[in-house]
Amino acid sequence: MMEPGLYHILFVSAALFFIGIFGFFTRRNLITMLMSIELVLNSVCLNFIAFNKYLWPNKLDGVFFTVFIIAIAAAEAAVAIAIIINLYRSHNSIDVSTAEEMKF
Amino acid sequence: MKGETIIFYMLAAMTLVSALLAVSSRQLFRSAVYLLFSLIGIAGIYFWLHYEFVAAVQIVVYAGGIAVLIIFSIFLTQKSGEELPKQNSTRLMFSALAALAGFGLTILQVFNYTFIGTKDAAVDATVMAIGTRMLGMGKEGFALPFEVVSMLLLAAMIGCIVIAMRSKPETT
Repeated sequence: MMEPGLYHILFVSAALFFIGIFGFFTRRNLITMLMSIELVLNSVCLNFIAFNKYLWPNKLDGVFFTVFIIAIAAAEAAVAIAIIINLYRSHNSIDVSTAEEMKF
Repeated sequence: MKGETIIFYMLAAMTLVSALLAVSSRQLFRSAVYLLFSLIGIAGIYFWLHYEFVAAVQIVVYAGGIAVLIIFSIFLTQKSGEELPKQNSTRLMFSALAALAGFGLTILQVFNYTFIGTKDAAVDATVMAIGTRMLGMGKEGFALPFEVVSMLLLAAMIGCIVIAMRSKPETT
């Protein structure tokens, strides 16, 4: 086993990103789709931190991007869950295939 | 082999395995708990990289906030003990194929590229340095994005209340 460096962290973050994409493709339930999006956002944060640590350690920009992404992800999750609860009230289900009134 | 190396591989394995279980488990509540473990694994990687502030933010916001929010919404919308319906196997196969192809392409590109970093001295990511830059209004300050994010959080809060509010039945 090698000493972990930038490439190892990029491998972990790419794997996490595509696990999230896979979940987004296969799941039909809104809460699990939201969880997949959280995985994707986390992999992006991990990338910013890894680049900041290994390529530009004299700056702190990656840390700020990560903190802002986490704040925006929190806002996004809160709004998504409010929408999910409202959808559950009107349709009694949170499966994406039951909410199709706006389908063209 | 150093202990540091072993810890990194353990954290990476924990993150990836629990992420895979989170997107494939058919019990929604278990899937949320696996997601929580995956987020904690990522916080561990931040600790491993010596970015303690980001790791603390990750634990507080993700593991403490978003995971609890997701678990609450599962309780509010799901009947207990009910499994998710089984997936269409064709869709499952093609999604796995698409994800694997994208992963392979990305990894190929990343490993063929040589990253060139700076040689300057490293800055410690202490809370003091981060706070000074975060509220600084000079050339390298982040005061404007900070204010924009605070307005975004306020707007999201008001939006959540308005969206999730139950409309009163008409009593005319």
